[in-house]
Amino acid sequence: MATDKSSLQLVANGILKENPIFKLALSMCPAVGISTTVINGLMLGTAVLFVQVFSSVTISLLKNFIHPRIRIPTYTLTIATWVTVIDLSLAAYFPAAYAKMGIFVKIIVAFAIITMRLEMFACKEPVKSSFWDGLGMGLGFMVGMVVIGFVRELLGSGAILGYDVLGFKPLLFFILPSAGFFVVGLMMGFFNWIETYYAERKKR
Amino acid sequence: MRGRQKITVYILFLLVMGSCGLAQAAGLVSDTEFGADNEIVVQFSIPVDREVAGDPENYTVYEESDPDIRLPITAVSLSSDGTEAILSFADPLNTTAKHIVTATGIGGVEQSTFSVSKSYFGYLLSILLSALIINNFVFTKYLGLCVFFGTSKRKETAKGMGVVFTIVIVVAVSMSWVLYQYILKPFSLDYLQIVIFIGLTSLTVQAVDTVLRKVNPILFKSFGVYLVLVIANCVIIAVPLLMASNGYNYFETFMLSLGAGGGFLLALYLMSSVSERVELAKVPPSFKGLPIAFIVAGQFAMAFLGFSGLQLF
Repeated sequence: MATDKSSLQLVANGILKENPIFKLALSMCPAVGISTTVINGLMLGTAVLFVQVFSSVTISLLKNFIHPRIRIPTYTLTIATWVTVIDLSLAAYFPAAYAKMGIFVKIIVAFAIITMRLEMFACKEPVKSSFWDGLGMGLGFMVGMVVIGFVRELLGSGAILGYDVLGFKPLLFFILPSAGFFVVGLMMGFFNWIETYYAERKKR
Repeated sequence: MRGRQKITVYILFLLVMGSCGLAQAAGLVSDTEFGADNEIVVQFSIPVDREVAGDPENYTVYEESDPDIRLPITAVSLSSDGTEAILSFADPLNTTAKHIVTATGIGGVEQSTFSVSKSYFGYLLSILLSALIINNFVFTKYLGLCVFFGTSKRKETAKGMGVVFTIVIVVAVSMSWVLYQYILKPFSLDYLQIVIFIGLTSLTVQAVDTVLRKVNPILFKSFGVYLVLVIANCVIIAVPLLMASNGYNYFETFMLSLGAGGGFLLALYLMSSVSERVELAKVPPSFKGLPIAFIVAGQFAMAFLGFSGLQLF
């Protein structure tokens, strides 16, 4: 029962229609915890992208050999293996960025979004569409993290990617760790408002 | 009733043992403790010579972990009967570390070395309290948010999820400790941490599921749904990783996992109490549901910031 969507549609679905952060509201921990700068969001987004794509492809390849009763532990162990691979590679090649992200790389293993995609998509669909779906979800997560990081960095420290663009700091509060909740909440509300606004305009 | 009395007696016994941990056994120095932020209080068993004991030059103090860094003493004040000396330091001391004090020529003894540390029981309690409130995993470390927002709409759900989570995390982390201490560490298999810890957690969840289903079907009916959610909670993997990186022993690990579970329960309960009220309030339509929950959680996080730096023991 292959999906009838094209690869491009699958990717777009992950970024817009089922965005893991703003629409599905899954994997919120990093979105609140370490999204203080664009570069942090980009790094963790890349890590999640890799884990999601590799796990989706692995499960999709092995789907005929996995007994349905033990599928959840199998998913967990598959994800854990790929997270270990990413964790060790990041620690070896990007030690500075890895130190900044702290424990968040390791806890990718418990991110609900990855398990959910394996359960909903990869265990039923062929390898090719699983790959594109994983890519879409990973990119969607990355885009969400970068957008939150952009807002927080711009308003909190007046900079983008570490370059000072505004010359002053509009709202220092946004760079504080606990402000992550406020930023995510306000942005979700803002996107909801845009959505209802356009839906109303379409009706008229 | 009798069981409860037994537990009370046991707790009292532990408290007494804990406070005895402060006492020093040997000769000249009868008791040491941390005073204010930058003070060490030393009790002598006999009155000592004011000239010698009052001179800061006669003491050297360092933390047990870095013997090379001597902590500078600014003043020593002796009590009027000469049995108590208060050493004042230039900077606040790190009271979680064990400090070694060497005194020269005091009370006629050429050199006496003694240690100052907080009682072990107090240290364990401070780990529990830290995980519970000061470093609450939800509000100050931002972990476990997916499950947190999913199950904090009703008080009943919040309690169920919190209790199930606490049980699973204590069991799973205890097993992780045994495996880490006796298999991963001796054979240098540290890189398998993630796989082992998450695998053990899924095993625990599966085991609790099976046992509960057979032993107490009524309890299973009300709590079974939360078991699946436990595995999607980041706290469950963060706690064993913390345990491994801090090199905790079993009691410390137990306290950490208990504190993490209890802290999650506390956060869920607080949040659900607010959520039930928010439902009756007039919230702008685009903020209904998750966005307002995030803003409420942000306010909780700011309130919990007030606990940072708190030290009780």
